[in-house]
Amino acid sequence: MKPIIELIKELADKHGRNRHSLLPILQGVVEQERYLSEYSMIEIARELDIPATEVYGTATFYTFLDYKKMGKNIIRVCKTITCSMKGEKQILLAIEDMLKIKIGETTQDGLFSLLQTNCLGLCHKAPAMLINNEVYTDLTPEKIREILTMYMNRKDEGENNVN
Amino acid sequence: MRERTMSTNYQLKRADFIFKNENDWEEVLSKSISRPPQELINELISSELKGRGGAGFPTGLKWKVSSEVKSDVKYVICNADEGEPGTFKDREILSMVPFKVLTAIAICGYVIGAKEGFIYLRGEYNFLKPELLKAINEFEYYCKEIKLDFSIKIFMGSGAYICGEETALFESMEGKRGEPRNKPPYPTLSGYMGKPTVINNVETLAHTYTIFKYGSKRFYDLGVQYSRGSKLFSVSGDTPKPGIYELELGMSLSDFVEEFGDDDTKAVQVGGASGFLVPRKRFSETNIGFQGKLVGISLPTGGSMMLFNSSRSMYNVLDNYLNFFAEESCGQCTPCRVGCQQLLKGIKAVKRGEKNAQYLDKMLKLAETMQVTAKCGLGQSVGNSFSSIVENFREEMIY
Repeated sequence: MKPIIELIKELADKHGRNRHSLLPILQGVVEQERYLSEYSMIEIARELDIPATEVYGTATFYTFLDYKKMGKNIIRVCKTITCSMKGEKQILLAIEDMLKIKIGETTQDGLFSLLQTNCLGLCHKAPAMLINNEVYTDLTPEKIREILTMYMNRKDEGENNVN
Repeated sequence: MRERTMSTNYQLKRADFIFKNENDWEEVLSKSISRPPQELINELISSELKGRGGAGFPTGLKWKVSSEVKSDVKYVICNADEGEPGTFKDREILSMVPFKVLTAIAICGYVIGAKEGFIYLRGEYNFLKPELLKAINEFEYYCKEIKLDFSIKIFMGSGAYICGEETALFESMEGKRGEPRNKPPYPTLSGYMGKPTVINNVETLAHTYTIFKYGSKRFYDLGVQYSRGSKLFSVSGDTPKPGIYELELGMSLSDFVEEFGDDDTKAVQVGGASGFLVPRKRFSETNIGFQGKLVGISLPTGGSMMLFNSSRSMYNVLDNYLNFFAEESCGQCTPCRVGCQQLLKGIKAVKRGEKNAQYLDKMLKLAETMQVTAKCGLGQSVGNSFSSIVENFREEMIY
C-alpha cells in the first residue's frame, strides 16, 4: 500500500489536475483505502487546487465512495424489488449471523463491512451481492457461508493483510 | 382460471440480431465510414429506430442535429449507467458483443464529426472493465490501421441511479455531483463540457450496428407502426425463465405473460420502478411499444419486465420502489426530494391506520404534482408506478 499522499499525486499525474479528473481520483483512492478520509479529501483538493468543500460535496453524492472507515472487503447486498422477493432477508441474516455484524457495521478485524445497495442489474439471478468488485448471484445461506469462508481463508494466506 | 382464448393466435415474435456474431465488425466499420455521413443518417432515419434506454427519442434525428451543429469538438457517449430496477440487458451486450457497441460509437463519431467517445459504465459493473479495456485496445489498433482518428475511453460511475439521466451523467463526468441540468439546451447542442454531444443507450448503439450492416429495411420490417424493430427485454420476478430475450416491439402483454408467466401472474411492472404496473385485467389491452396509434394502451419500456404472482403484496412492492426513489433522488428540486419522502411516509401511515383511506387520494394528487413540477425524469416518473399501483390495488394499500 502506498502512502495516501503519494497515491493522490500519482492519480493526479495519470488523470490530470483538473475538475473532471475528480471522480477517477476519488475512485482510485477508494480502490486502495476502501474509503475517503477527511485527510485524503483535503489532499485531493490541494492537488487539484479546488475547495475541499467541493471535493466533499461531490464525494458524498456517490454511494460507492464511502467516507466512513470501511473493512477490507465491502459486501453490498442488493435490496431492490426482485432480490427482496427472492430471499434478500435470509441472505442478510446469514451474513449477520456469520460475521456478527449488522448492516452498516465493520467486523472487529477490519476484514468485512456489510452494506445494502440498490439494483445491481442481476435481477434474473436474484438474490445477488457484490464483494468489492466481485459478483455473486443466485445466493442461498449455504452459498454465503462458502463464499465468506473463502474470503476468510484468503486472510490466512496473507493476501488480505489489513495494514 | 386462466383465459386460454388468446392462445389460438398467440405469437411472440422472437428476433436474433443483438447477440448474433460480431466477427465482421471491421468490415462494418470500414464500409460505413466510406459512405457519406448524410447517407448513414438517412439510413437511421428510415429505420425509425428510437432510443432503447426508455425515452424513445428518434436516434437518426439525434445524430442529424448533432452533425449539423458547428463545433471543433464534439463527443459521443455510450450510456451504460443501467440502473433501472429490473434492467440488465446492457451488461450482457457489453460482455457478449462489445465490438458492436464500439463500432457504433466510432461510426457515430464519423457521422457527427467527433474524435472522442466515452462509455459511462456504472460502478456496479466494475467487473466488466478489464475485458472491455482489452476490446477497446484492439478496436483502437484497427482504427489506426484504417486511419480513423477516434479514441474511446471508459468513465466509471460510482453508484448513483440519477447519473443515467443524460445531463446528470455529464455533470458526473465533469467531476461534479450528478445533478440534472435544465433542458434546453439539449445535449445535441451543449452536452459534455458544453460541447455538442450524442448520448445513446448501449442497446441503441448495438441496433445501429445491425442497421448499418443489413440496411434499414431489415430493421424496419420488424415491429409495428411507430415501434419498429426488435428490443431486448430483461425478464425477472415470478417467472420460470428469467433472463434476456430479444423480441419484436408491439406485442400484447397477454402474449408476453402467456410465455413468461407462472400461470399465476397478478401484475407486470413494465419499464422498471419508473414505469407502470399493469394488473391482470389490463393485460390484453396493453401493448409494449412507444405511444402511437396502436389499439389500446401502449407502454414504452427500457426493457424491464418484472412479473408478480398472487403471493406478492403490492404494498411491499410500492414500499420497495419508494425507498429506492427516496434514496436515489438527487435532492436538487423540492418536488422530488420532499415528494418521495412524503409518499413513503404516507403509505406507511395508511397501512398502520394512522391516516384514513382518503389520504391515498391526497397522495395521488401529490404524485401528479411531482409529474408536472419535478426537474428531471426521475421525479416526474415516480408518479407512474405510484399511481398505477395505488389505483389498481387500493385495498392492498389499506388492509
